Amino acid sequence: MKKFFKGAVCGFLNGFFGSGGGVVAVPILEKEGCDTNEAHATSVALIFVLSLVTAAFYGFSGNLDFKSAWDYIPFGIAGALCGAFFLKKIQAAWLKRIFGGIVTAAAVRILFV
Amino acid sequence: MNFFGQAVAGFLTGVLASMGLGGGFVLVVWLTLFMNVDQRAAQGINVLFFLPIAFTALIMHLKNSLVNKELVKQMLFGGVVGAAIGTFGAQIVANELLRKLFAGFLIAFGLHEMFSAGTAERDDSKKPQHG
Repeated sequence: MKKFFKGAVCGFLNGFFGSGGGVVAVPILEKEGCDTNEAHATSVALIFVLSLVTAAFYGFSGNLDFKSAWDYIPFGIAGALCGAFFLKKIQAAWLKRIFGGIVTAAAVRILFV
Repeated sequence: MNFFGQAVAGFLTGVLASMGLGGGFVLVVWLTLFMNVDQRAAQGINVLFFLPIAFTALIMHLKNSLVNKELVKQMLFGGVVGAAIGTFGAQIVANELLRKLFAGFLIAFGLHEMFSAGTAERDDSKKPQHG
């Protein structure tokens, strides 16, 4: 039952914001006993399935723009190949700190622009 | 410029998303701040974008035996219910409010990443733990 709610939180945020379910899933999976790399990989698996559901719902309500998504997908796949290849090899701490700073700055801009 | 931006945003999103590090934020922020796409449409684009990217990464993660399938199964049912509610919520909330809430979510995530990164790695020596 606890896992039901944990899953529900990831699913809700991923559906509501169309992104970000994975970052919530990672610490949850770590609490469940995954090591860091396993948690990150498992979050991708979980969010992949949840995103299929989310995409279907967005589709029903007419909010899917295949053309725009396609503009980014080839670059994204190249990035995913690099990212997945390096996941086993890197210590992500410094990457997280830098990315956290950039994201916070972007958020402040969204709030005030 | 647009093509270059697309390439960089797409690539970065792919790298970060494949690791479960919040790649989707890059694409949504890029689309809303720089391409003037509205919040809901940007979220829809990101969800679509994520599917082939996650699929690609997943094949590699499975090959590397990094996926805990048992946990995926256990969290899936709740996840699907949450996804349905969350997606429905995103359709009824006003775009501008959705945008502000998204910014709040980003700030919470960004601060967490800035100040907690590193502690998790140090904790690895003590894993597996059960909460």
